[in-house]
Amino acid sequence: MTYEKFATQIRREALRCMNSQGSGHVGGSLSIADVLAVLYTSHMKVDPQNPKMPDRDQLVLSKGHAGPALYATLALKGFFPMDWLDTLNKLGTKLPSHVNLNLTPGVDMTAGSLGQGLSCACGLALAQKAQGLDNYVYVITGDGELQEGQNWEGAMFAGAKKLDHVIVFVDNNKMQIDGYTNNVMPVENIAKKFEAFGFVTTCINGHDHEAINNAINWAKQDTTVAPHCIVLDTIKGKGVSFYEQLGPSNHSTTVTDEQLAKALAELQ
Amino acid sequence: MELRKMYVAELSRLMKQNDKIFVLDADLSSAGGTKPLYQEFPDRCVDCGVAEANMTCIAAGLSASGFVPFIHSFAPFISRRVFDQIAVSISYSEQNVKIVAFDPGVTTTYNGGTHMCFEDMAMMRALSNIAVLDIVDGFQLVKALPYIVEHKGSMYIRIVRKQNDALFDDNYVFQFGKADKLCDGKDITIVASGTSLFDAKKATDMLAEKGISVDLLGIHTVKPLDEDAIVASATKTGKVLTVENHSIHGGLYSAVCETLSRKHPTLCDGIGVYDKVSQVGNLADLKADYHMSAEDIVAKALAMLGK
Ligand SMILES: Cc1ncc(C[n+]2csc(CCOP(=O)(O)OP(=O)(O)O)c2C)c(N)n1
Ligand SMILES: [Mg+2]
Repeated sequence: MTYEKFATQIRREALRCMNSQGSGHVGGSLSIADVLAVLYTSHMKVDPQNPKMPDRDQLVLSKGHAGPALYATLALKGFFPMDWLDTLNKLGTKLPSHVNLNLTPGVDMTAGSLGQGLSCACGLALAQKAQGLDNYVYVITGDGELQEGQNWEGAMFAGAKKLDHVIVFVDNNKMQIDGYTNNVMPVENIAKKFEAFGFVTTCINGHDHEAINNAINWAKQDTTVAPHCIVLDTIKGKGVSFYEQLGPSNHSTTVTDEQLAKALAELQ
Repeated sequence: MELRKMYVAELSRLMKQNDKIFVLDADLSSAGGTKPLYQEFPDRCVDCGVAEANMTCIAAGLSASGFVPFIHSFAPFISRRVFDQIAVSISYSEQNVKIVAFDPGVTTTYNGGTHMCFEDMAMMRALSNIAVLDIVDGFQLVKALPYIVEHKGSMYIRIVRKQNDALFDDNYVFQFGKADKLCDGKDITIVASGTSLFDAKKATDMLAEKGISVDLLGIHTVKPLDEDAIVASATKTGKVLTVENHSIHGGLYSAVCETLSRKHPTLCDGIGVYDKVSQVGNLADLKADYHMSAEDIVAKALAMLGK
């Protein structure tokens, strides 16, 4: 499947998943569909039949509220049946709105209390090193999430310990719940901030699949012994016009049957 | 009306009268409802971004300078996530910060496990200089707010943002540290805090139909607890059942047992979360799963009465 097709599928299934509940974290799920499509097509060394395989690559979805996008990806990859997507947030579900490593095959770390993922990823990377493994640990954080100070403790650690198999994506969609990140609490110069903590960084269009693929290849091949950060310039709600137009209020919003039908018509 | 709308209307009124009140948020001003205050009082409202620990200590600094800051977030992020900040910069430093916790316990519903906190009252009760309020509805909150502002000392206040249901009305009189006697009975005492009072009230009615008369106490101030009311009721009925939207460890059940074991040893059982992790679901399913529904209260009361 092409990246384009896979990303569209992820968006469709993520929306279907949130429709089963009537609402969800729409904006931040749609904005990461492209990086997930590239990661799970070309990079993540994982086995859907053996999700806990010791020598696998791992993904920490630090912005854990975007669970539906990851669930769509994992279901499409065969980690679990597609009809699990209809169980979002129902009592006893394996798919809670915020990701949980004990519940969902293919989820490597629990998240949802923002700001903890990068530190957890440092732990996963240390563990890999300790076991002589050379897998990658990917992290996806939000731009608003970077306001949590713990991210910078994690960045400092990753830089100091030269965790060169940590690759951080920042989903820089420029929005958080209370509005535009620049108005709420600017996190500008994200790449420079990570560089200051010892990361090697690049900024790319987070919806350009080739650019994402090239950036990941670059991060893996770069000979600098350091963690890498790829800042993704993204649009919150990407791919569905009426969600994009909502702006910051697309963070957590409804996915009615009617909205789903309209969205699916756009996502062909 | 939604509780958060009532909250903000009253806070706005108080901010007009008292220029020491500050409002701080951590990217949840729209979710919590304080957003309109930012237009009204631009100099006294601050959105700190998603940075609760920072916000907590900023509030401590404001308090140390004579202001009365209100800080807001979901219950776990404004309690356990910032516990040391509260312990050192607010409790130990004897500051005056009003900590407003949204959607405690199972009322978190769809935000699920990471946002669902059963430990907040236990943590806050263990700190000195912090009162703990578990609010049942918007009327109680509105009537409590003038006191909350005037009270010299920090408070932890649990509220359910989007709640529409009301137990009380505009005539409600809030008395800090005092229980609300909601039903006079002689067979068993039920003590309930916060929104658990709705279920306790329902259970009281169900028990009445079975001929059992419940002495029902509503608790908004979990700390300092109205010990006299608890002891008086326990003396009358000889059996006490507590109901709380919280872990059975460290919250209302603990507070009541601590009081009774010291002042009037009485058989006491509790409805609450028994060592079970948080999870996602709708409110009715969650209450059923944690055995916190009105039916569970009735069953436990009957068992205590040997029926
Ligand atoms: C510690 C913590 N505080 C607050 C929240 C509530 N919250 C959920 S998402 C969010 C905004 C995040 O913005 P961003 O990281 O930019 O996410 P995105 O735009 O990708 O959805 C907030 C404040 C939370 N989940 N965790
Ligand atoms: Mg964002």
